[in-house]
Amino acid sequence: MTLMAMLQYGFIQRALVAGALIAVLCAVLGVFLVLRRLSLIGDGLAHVTFGSVAVALFAQVNPLAVTLAAIPLVMLSALGILKLMERAKIFGDAAVGIVSSLGIAVGVLLAGLSGGFSVDLFSYLFGNILSVNREEVIIAALLFVIIMAAISLYYHELLAVTFDEELARTSGVRAGRVNLVLVLLTSLIVVLAMKVAGIMLVSSLIVLPAVTALQVATGFRTALVLAAVAALFSVLAGIITSFALDLPAGATIILLNFALFLAAFAGRKLIRRH
Amino acid sequence: MSVEILSVENLVCRYQGHEALTDVSFAVTAGDYVGIVGPNGSGKSTLIRAVLGLVPPDNGRVTLFGVPVASFREWRRIGYLPQSMRLFNPAFPATVEEVVRLGLLSQKRFPRRVGGRRDTSAVEWALEALGITGIRRKLIGELSGGQQQRALLARAIVGRPELLILDEPTTALDPETRERFYSLLGELHRGDGTTIILVTHDTGSIGSLASRLIYVDRRIIFNGTLEDFCQSEEMTAFFGEASQHLICHRH
Repeated sequence: MTLMAMLQYGFIQRALVAGALIAVLCAVLGVFLVLRRLSLIGDGLAHVTFGSVAVALFAQVNPLAVTLAAIPLVMLSALGILKLMERAKIFGDAAVGIVSSLGIAVGVLLAGLSGGFSVDLFSYLFGNILSVNREEVIIAALLFVIIMAAISLYYHELLAVTFDEELARTSGVRAGRVNLVLVLLTSLIVVLAMKVAGIMLVSSLIVLPAVTALQVATGFRTALVLAAVAALFSVLAGIITSFALDLPAGATIILLNFALFLAAFAGRKLIRRH
Repeated sequence: MSVEILSVENLVCRYQGHEALTDVSFAVTAGDYVGIVGPNGSGKSTLIRAVLGLVPPDNGRVTLFGVPVASFREWRRIGYLPQSMRLFNPAFPATVEEVVRLGLLSQKRFPRRVGGRRDTSAVEWALEALGITGIRRKLIGELSGGQQQRALLARAIVGRPELLILDEPTTALDPETRERFYSLLGELHRGDGTTIILVTHDTGSIGSLASRLIYVDRRIIFNGTLEDFCQSEEMTAFFGEASQHLICHRH
């Protein structure tokens, strides 16, 4: 089948549009998260998403309601991670670990109560971008606008806090508010991205394009642009390749992302040697 | 009448069960050039961080420009350079210019955007003042310790603050750059009337720079002019003649 023929399918078009929007958001936020050593927050929140998906499936609601129900629950969990870090003086990775295991425990418990892991739950665990419907594309587009607007409004403050939180505070930046914006945006994107890569692989969409960009970036803005380009390429090429070769889309996207990282890493080594 | 810029009253800071600072009180007025010296672990950096509200005091009160530090909002009036950038991530992808530009954030209101002709010329001035125009497009993590220090100093002065607080600013600088830096501080102090608080180990230079000396060792051991310090027999007895001479000989 030719590429043009492939693009005639509505589900491919929806997958490409939603995948591109979500991948760019994950990559841009990922640069801030990776540099703040909060890479695993995506993983932790994805596990919470698993819990909330199990709750929604247990209650037998439709797929769109699953996504919408997950958003507030994951946001609350993100706030929980922040509060654990601030109030209980727990390091970020431990706070993510607590919330993450709680999400998994709730999910497994509910899956058990509803008679084991269903096909639906597996589709959320491993993602299925090709099954994205029209409403989900609209939600992705709306959230793309909201998240990009928030990043644009807070760009310099996010940069300052990412560079050094204490120094940012002495520039009048309310680091607590900026951290809040960052984790809330992350929770939104994690819920969105579960359809692309699945709960198990969602943090790769956040981490891999960012670390790829950081290998070759020549400035902060460049890092953001490169991360977005790497993510865009992986998602578009991944969807097309997976459809053409009948491979799982989420895993193909992640492997392409990893290949780009290896290429950037090798390229950087070569440039430094010469 | 001199305007009080900083007031520290009966400050107590505890760290891991022991008192890092005990009953510290002093004031800084507009136009002062204060040198804060003391041995390693004497609480100098804790003092500076408490002054900036980064460490909550266990007791006492800090006011900046007449406002309690917890509710202080006019950060554009202050430039700060922390000690050797502690956990500064060497892989951070910002250029020197991007880092210096962040120093102008305190002058902005939400949404804080740094750009425009005025900001650009402020950044140009700071880069030039620290002699780092040639490395403006380099990544901060790829620079030597001295170059990083200069970039961060440029960030601290780019907004032409009224109060400049520098915590060990010259540790990574070579002697030539250090002299150039001290000369720049002198120009800011004399020309712009910038008030300077300089925490330093460089006791050899502090005598020729500061108008006032505060010696901290968990509490304030000495707070006065250099003349008083150098002539005080009590200080000679406390520090020993050699240490006192090191501070005073260039004065």
